[in-house]
Amino acid sequence: MLASVNSLSTVVVLIGAVFLAATVEMVEALTIVIAVGHTRGWRSAIEGTGVALIALAGLVTIFGPALVRVPLDVLRLVVGSVLLIFGLQWLRKAVLRTSGYIGMHDEDAIYEATVASLRAQGATVGRDRVSFVVAFKGVFLEGVEIVVAVLTLGSSAHRLALAIGVAAVAIVVVAIVGVVVARQLSRVPENAMKMAVGIMLVSFGTFWTGEGLRVRWPGGDSLLLGFVVLYALAVFVIIRSIRDRRPVLTGMP
Amino acid sequence: MRNVTVRLGRVVKGLGMFWWDFLVGDTPEITVMVLFLLGVVALLSDVAHVNTLACVALPVFAIAGLVLSVGRARHRSKR
Repeated sequence: MLASVNSLSTVVVLIGAVFLAATVEMVEALTIVIAVGHTRGWRSAIEGTGVALIALAGLVTIFGPALVRVPLDVLRLVVGSVLLIFGLQWLRKAVLRTSGYIGMHDEDAIYEATVASLRAQGATVGRDRVSFVVAFKGVFLEGVEIVVAVLTLGSSAHRLALAIGVAAVAIVVVAIVGVVVARQLSRVPENAMKMAVGIMLVSFGTFWTGEGLRVRWPGGDSLLLGFVVLYALAVFVIIRSIRDRRPVLTGMP
Repeated sequence: MRNVTVRLGRVVKGLGMFWWDFLVGDTPEITVMVLFLLGVVALLSDVAHVNTLACVALPVFAIAGLVLSVGRARHRSKR
């Protein structure tokens, strides 16, 4: 009974973290691709996206099986530390945005800035190298964050297939929504999602770093949910204590 | 041969820069705090064998790292 509760806690937090992380990064990547496609044509934008997806699939193919062979203690210590750093960076940004110290991530502003930059490059004949490179970089760089989340969370929990499946579902859902609503991606509550992902990454990071250092957690895996609650409370308190009356900034970070 | 060495050097440098930016970037205090946390918890768990303290220290240092980093960003925004 306790074992199944423990396992369920891991699965629930794993699915939530991977799905939200993949959704947030996919929204950012799709905004760039749509801006490129609308401004300079879809052919090179789609080619750049395709090549980036192949490169990302290559990363998963190379590093996925390799990570599974690493001893679990070492893997959890390394992955836990990376997730702690990665998650704290996400949380820091989300806290600063929520409390008004830096501007909210604005997909409309990013779209407009990308369009203006692409128009300034001038038209080209034949294959559009600029479109290809911008789409490739947008998808690859955002995709690397999804790959890191999927590989680290999936391999440490011994549920790599589940993590890949959840990320794939998130990517397909955002792609479909993006195609249907085109430029309405700015309505996605990205900062709240980033905060939720940050809390889950730091929770996993804490748990696995401890396991890697041979800390015996009271309650086993079910403590993961306890960490989620603890960090959510800490973030709430930090935001409440630093939020001042300065007007909330807008625009890109 | 020299060309290959130069290219290899660029790839290694690029990879190093990517991971440095990914793990340190403009928040070195977070990386330092996590490394400090690893040392303290390893000492508590493996050397002093005080599991309860290790269980408490890990999340406390993580939250302290967040508070420190947010405080540093606020300080910079005021200047």
